[in-house]
Amino acid sequence: MAKNDLVFRIGGAAGDGVSSTAESFAKMSARSGLHTWTYSSYQSVIRGGHVWTQIRGSLGPVLSHGVDPDVVVALNQQSMDVHQGDVVEGGAIVYDTDGTKPDPAKLRRNVRLIGIPLRKKAQTLSPNALMRNTVALGAVVKLFDIDFRHVESAFKDIWGDKKPEIVQQNIAAAKLGAEAVGQMGGSLNLGLPYSNEAKYLMTGNEAICLGALAAGVKFLAQYPMTPASSILHWMASHGPKYGVVVKQVEDELAAMNMTVGAGFAGVRAMTATSGGGFCLMVEAIGQAGMTETPLVAVLVQRSGPSTGLPTKTEQGDLNLALGAGQGDWPRAILAPRNPEECFRQAAQAFNLAEIYQTPIILISDLYLGEGYRTVEKLDFNVPIVRGMMAADGGTAKDFMRYRITESGVSPRALPGMKGFQHVAATDEHMENSELISDVLAGLPEHVEERRKMHAKRMRKLDGLRKDTPPPELWGPKNADLTLLIWGSTWGPAHEAIIQVDETEGVKVNSLEFPTIFPFHAEQTEQLLRGAKQTLAVEGNYTGQFTRLLRAETGHKADRFYGKSDGEPFTWRDIADHILEAVA
Amino acid sequence: MKLEFEMDTYKSEIKPTWCPGCGDFAVLRALQTAIHALQLEPWNLLIVSGIGCSSNLPHFLSTYGFHAIHGRALPVAEGAKLANPELEVIVTGGDGDGYGIGVGHFIHAMRRNFDITYLVMNNQIYGLTTGQASPTSEKGMKTKSTPIEGVIENPVDPISLALASGATYVARAFSGDVKTMAELVKNGIQHHGFALIDCMSPCVTYNKINTYDFFRERVYDLQKEGHDSSDMKAAFAKAIEWPFVQRDRIPLGLFYRTEDVPTYEDLEPALKKGPPVRQPLGVENPDELLREFL
Ligand SMILES: Cc1ncc(C[n+]2csc(CCOP(=O)(O)OP(=O)(O)O)c2C)c(N)n1
Ligand code: SF4
Ligand SMILES: [Mg+2]
Repeated sequence: MAKNDLVFRIGGAAGDGVSSTAESFAKMSARSGLHTWTYSSYQSVIRGGHVWTQIRGSLGPVLSHGVDPDVVVALNQQSMDVHQGDVVEGGAIVYDTDGTKPDPAKLRRNVRLIGIPLRKKAQTLSPNALMRNTVALGAVVKLFDIDFRHVESAFKDIWGDKKPEIVQQNIAAAKLGAEAVGQMGGSLNLGLPYSNEAKYLMTGNEAICLGALAAGVKFLAQYPMTPASSILHWMASHGPKYGVVVKQVEDELAAMNMTVGAGFAGVRAMTATSGGGFCLMVEAIGQAGMTETPLVAVLVQRSGPSTGLPTKTEQGDLNLALGAGQGDWPRAILAPRNPEECFRQAAQAFNLAEIYQTPIILISDLYLGEGYRTVEKLDFNVPIVRGMMAADGGTAKDFMRYRITESGVSPRALPGMKGFQHVAATDEHMENSELISDVLAGLPEHVEERRKMHAKRMRKLDGLRKDTPPPELWGPKNADLTLLIWGSTWGPAHEAIIQVDETEGVKVNSLEFPTIFPFHAEQTEQLLRGAKQTLAVEGNYTGQFTRLLRAETGHKADRFYGKSDGEPFTWRDIADHILEAVA
Repeated sequence: MKLEFEMDTYKSEIKPTWCPGCGDFAVLRALQTAIHALQLEPWNLLIVSGIGCSSNLPHFLSTYGFHAIHGRALPVAEGAKLANPELEVIVTGGDGDGYGIGVGHFIHAMRRNFDITYLVMNNQIYGLTTGQASPTSEKGMKTKSTPIEGVIENPVDPISLALASGATYVARAFSGDVKTMAELVKNGIQHHGFALIDCMSPCVTYNKINTYDFFRERVYDLQKEGHDSSDMKAAFAKAIEWPFVQRDRIPLGLFYRTEDVPTYEDLEPALKKGPPVRQPLGVENPDELLREFL
């Protein structure tokens, strides 16, 4: 079978510039016309520790970061030790001959050793230590036969017109690397027919920012936390141009409460965080549910519990999102599977939040949030629906902010609207905002008032269920096995399904859930009816989604594969479990 | 001259639920007097509060209100102000709410110098939860939660804290003198920047020490004693008089005011376009935005 992809991995110590070199390569891959996917494995320290990034470029749609690399760049001995054995037959390892040594006994067959005095070569051009990465990058570009113009344009993007001498130095350094490969056997001759038609490349977090902008977000309050911080960074530099107030605040308590205040005042408002920060937000997100204030909360999961593995991925915060806040209040939880869906769902979340006047949670994870993927051109022409406003028909005279309605949605009014003054209250209240606890508690009417108001709010779940995307069945109808998946597991799961079909003829499909809550139980039961055997695959220990599915439908997954070691699923992980299940 | 808004325009249909004699009545009255004097439009006024007896205040006025959760009134107010800086935003609450559970937000809101007016009904006790110690309870005070030795911590001094944190209008008022309180509140609302008015507001039910009489015997008016409220050093010297240095004389009035500091809203780049709540939604030229991803 002709090879249709390339896999490149670079490893080094934190502070060695691994991630920026990898990002440059990802850009070159996307500009060569390859569908591209990256995964960075890194530490929570700024210097020291081992970090690596893997980039996969493919002629067809790419679904995961792949498994074994064609080329490894080992910037230090540890990287050599860790990664040399993974390089595929006929692949290559690029390393610095000063201080790094391969162990031929650990290599697969025909792995080419491209030892280059990276640092020494770089120093002939510049004293900047990171320049040696550029020499290595030049070698990799040559090994993969990538057009050198993409190297030049990548460097111009980074340093721009302001520092032409640095651009030139880096181009020269990359040439030194390429020449060295030329003298040591030349390229790998993978024969990939690059179209050189550039593709859009972005992270899931960036796609969420773009979706939010398309929907007209005007406010983001956030406290830094990996892997959600890049949302704050991107919005801080781009937001003000689009009239978005972007604020780093004192803590996540403030982040959520400010978002509530902004939502109440009438702008489309959002916050973003990871599990630890979301823990601090739970009281305030319940406040939004109770006061019927629209907002969007992005929860980019990392490994827990507690500080956990700060730079590693997991899907372990689903229960947190489902149960956030005391008491029962209506919410929707959307789980994008890829950057395109991050964009679409972020935009949709603002509509849902305003139509149903309640918080919408977008749950993603490090693998999706921080990984770069090529995407189709995003369509910014998204529908914008702002929900029911009191001034649209009603008069100020009979306005009651929490009027009991069939849909559960009451007419909303924003501060500044004359005659519609009201108090939004976190205490349980009556239609006119008057507090039940103060005025009525103790009187028999209290019971009825409370019951009515609580039911009104909860009725919004019916509408939310109708307006959120239903579960989808992907793959052949008559399959031997049905995977049950949500979120970022999508890519590796699809690839595993394709692989087991191609190599073993095993027919597998997957039932996937772009909406986690409100749960679409009826459709799920229908889609599960034909399933011969089910295998739930999720990135956590206890099967948080698998249990929700059982609670909502009674379906107990036949098998469960949970992974919470910090590394994302590879397609091979999932394929192994598929084959075990159908054996 | 006939005023557009009568005093009663600002009253809601809901009667205050406080104990008879509670100091919070005076604060409500002072606030109502101040907004009446300024003839503020009720629909452009947003009053945000937390949780506590005092935090029920927004319900008793006919303006917009947000009765938030305990300790979080300030960030809710900051978010609203950023979304629509044209709103007049006033925050009300208790000492537990603002100086205890919410003290982090208190400091940060002041260092940002938001154009927000903050009225704390400081009764040196937790009223709503029936009488536990508060962060401003005096040392030695016996409460439900400190029944044996009394409070063994030092009290928070909100005035010094405000001065140190960047508030640009810092005052203390007393519920026994509504007229002066109303004047301080009015000036605070008019002030361009963060105004703290710490209102000594006796809890007649749970605080038997810091009563109206306790204050009447001790308070004096800073302005009458010639305090220069533009002098920060002098303000600090006055601030620490009570409760740190002694317990016999309690300064009331304006400690400090400066108009020389830009507000957060003045500096926030996104607000240069006008109130976010009135900006068009969406992206006009997505291709320009997408270019960096190509
Ligand atoms: C997170 C949280 N913790 C505790 C409470 C219970 N609680 C309600 S009011 C209050 C203290 C009120 O004291 P203060 O703010 O001084 O207001 P006061 O009643 O004295 O006016 C407490 C502890 C709560 N509502 N929320
Ligand atoms: S308990 Fe104290 S603070 Fe609360 S209403 Fe009564 S007197 Fe006022
Ligand atoms: Mg109190």
